[in-house]
Amino acid sequence: MSIDWNQYDTKHFFDELIGENGEARVSAERLVEHLASLDEGELESRRQMAEATIHEMGVSFTVYTEEGNIDRAWPFDIIPRTISQQQWEITAAGLKQRLKALNMFIGDLYDKQQIIKDGIVPEHIIKNSKNFRPECVGVKPAHGVWAHICGTDLVRDSDGEFYVLEDNLRVPSGVAYMLENRSITKRVLPELFEKEGILPIGDYPSRLFDTLVSISPRRIKRPEIVVLTPGIFNSAYFEHAYLAQQMGTELVEGSDLVVGDDDCVYMRTIAGLERVDVIYRRIDDMFLDPEVFEKESVLGVPGLMRAWRAGNVALANAPGAGVADDKVVYAYVPDIIRYYLKEEPLIKNVKTYLCDDPEQRQYVIDHIAELVVKPANESGGYGMLIGPHSTKKEQAHFIKLIKADPRNYVAQPTLALSTSPTLVSKGVVEPRHLDLRPFILQGKNSYVTTGGLTRVAMKKGSLVVNSSQGGGSKDTWIVNGGAADAI
Amino acid sequence: MLSKVAERLYWIARHLERVENTARLVGVYDNLLFDLPGDVDISWYNLVTLNSAEALFEERYKNRDERNVVKFLLADDTNPSSMLSALKMVRENIRTTRDVLPQESWEMVNELYIYANKNIQQGINRSARHEFLNNMIKGCQQINGLLMGTMCRDASWQFIRLGRNLERSDMVTRLLDAGAAAQLEGEVETDMHISQVVWGNVLRSSSAELSYRRTMRSAVHESDVAEFLLEDPYFPRSLRFCLDSMLNAVKDLPNNAAAKKALRATLEVEFALDSKKRLGFEFREYLNQQQVNIGGLHQVINTTWFAMLQRGTE
Repeated sequence: MSIDWNQYDTKHFFDELIGENGEARVSAERLVEHLASLDEGELESRRQMAEATIHEMGVSFTVYTEEGNIDRAWPFDIIPRTISQQQWEITAAGLKQRLKALNMFIGDLYDKQQIIKDGIVPEHIIKNSKNFRPECVGVKPAHGVWAHICGTDLVRDSDGEFYVLEDNLRVPSGVAYMLENRSITKRVLPELFEKEGILPIGDYPSRLFDTLVSISPRRIKRPEIVVLTPGIFNSAYFEHAYLAQQMGTELVEGSDLVVGDDDCVYMRTIAGLERVDVIYRRIDDMFLDPEVFEKESVLGVPGLMRAWRAGNVALANAPGAGVADDKVVYAYVPDIIRYYLKEEPLIKNVKTYLCDDPEQRQYVIDHIAELVVKPANESGGYGMLIGPHSTKKEQAHFIKLIKADPRNYVAQPTLALSTSPTLVSKGVVEPRHLDLRPFILQGKNSYVTTGGLTRVAMKKGSLVVNSSQGGGSKDTWIVNGGAADAI
Repeated sequence: MLSKVAERLYWIARHLERVENTARLVGVYDNLLFDLPGDVDISWYNLVTLNSAEALFEERYKNRDERNVVKFLLADDTNPSSMLSALKMVRENIRTTRDVLPQESWEMVNELYIYANKNIQQGINRSARHEFLNNMIKGCQQINGLLMGTMCRDASWQFIRLGRNLERSDMVTRLLDAGAAAQLEGEVETDMHISQVVWGNVLRSSSAELSYRRTMRSAVHESDVAEFLLEDPYFPRSLRFCLDSMLNAVKDLPNNAAAKKALRATLEVEFALDSKKRLGFEFREYLNQQQVNIGGLHQVINTTWFAMLQRGTE
């Protein structure tokens, strides 16, 4: 028996593949038709093929537990999620717009702070920020860009529109999984790639490379570019190695680098020390340089900040860029876009309540059972309260936390996250909630991935898509041809 | 190229060679023991002696029987030279140098690793051992073939060559030494049949049997076997060939003077083989000296290219 689409109930959610009338959306027509032609056994064998491929390709991520680190295979659903090209182009333009404005904002904060003087954002945004780095004041990175690589989380609400959930401007991860998801899908559903107008995504590594080259302080033909990883025990090590390999650059650890008396960065090679021009660092600010930040850090490179401030090496992302991915700053991003670019934001923000503001705080406390409460500076979905899924006790605990440190909390309405058909057991397809993380590059030029990483909450009804908490992922197809989805 | 990467590549090749050699050795012994008359005592424990792992073995096992020796050599994770330990090291090192190796190498080593762990019991039990070991050898050759067919002959390749040939030169001297030891033990009986078996075994352990016959055009004879495995310029597992390859590998590497010197010195040590004399204590002395030289070579490679350079001095 093949998938019974009549049993597929999207409830009141927006479904990525199936419209309200139960018919496939335009961008998903061929996919849904093809899936319907596969019987249960065939679907199952494709799923097993995907599993074996992941196993053999060694696509994994590391989960930290009390018993030690476990390398877990990447959880993957074989049914892709589709978006029409037309809709994607608008979204992509909105993402570029957003990053451009955010970079101007960061540059302003570390310079004249004009936006504060003009009263657009309040001063406490810097004063209380965990991610504002006084060490960065006065530095002028190339092209005025601080966040070169950004991963922005998008969700669709029940109205079918994309909203920005958060921007990740520090060390966003996931792009390698996006690329690997595509290679797996090509093996598992090869028939569809022959005819379907699925746009390719494979040029990301070379775009990333071009971006990094464009910020090299030395204008030489072949600047030395390296990827700096905290090492094999990091949950995203797979990705660090993958990107270094795809770009043909060295993958280094802190101990491979050294800052000389001339304030230049060198790497230890078989021929001695060699100058490094650009570091794509996948280490958090606080561990970058023990001379300036965490004294005990063995992951970083002593003197690295000195070299960066002297303009002898480029760091991507620049230290201090995280000041703008604070969830409090997030609430001001539409104003930030209007202020710097004199444009209306192309992608909406989710309504956000700032607990720092007494009135908004009272609203949050009164409506805590309906809202999602998030700490301003956590990532990975940790430390969150999802109101409708929480107990009275948890709610009381969060009210206490908010009162103790109001500046550190924001709240948003619980979104009706969109769903997409997901193979949940042999031959059974059910809707599961998902989000989308596209990656945006900015150096001399800007670039947005064609689609992004779709993360899916594998548990029924769950809204948590993080891989560290039981989320999986899907291939994301931007499909060319036809009109935008009738929403 | 990063020192750290060079070091990992070198160890990938050494460990990969070790995996293949161990699988081959156990396979050869498996075959051999069928051929020997019951009263001849060539024991499995020789394989432990060959790997200089007596102390470690004693710590773990009482009986020196087939099952324990094979388990120790193939599966024991407390033995850093066991086949599975070595394979694990290959995997870890490939995992951390994926950025310089062909993409498929990670998939291949992962597949082999999964296969080995899943089927290791077949290697320990006798019934399916042959097939299992053959698959292990094939897996290693597949990876080596991939590297050979796709890697640029730049520094990264040269470090792989250094690792492979150093491990091979170490192994060939060990095999010859084991042959000489067995020969000395059995000398009281001066049984020509045993000599044939012992040296035939040394040849098979190096996959040298057919090449030996074609090149030396003689029956298996101890000094001819020694000559072939020490001095043949064309056989890829002879000591001379390995040392020549290493000399070639360091040719274009930076700061290569010390390594060249050490390699030439090792090449110059010769043993005067005399087909009328039996190989005895002097031969073992010579092999011992070469083992020391090979250890020294490793040290030179390590200090020249891998050791962390002092910060801010060069």
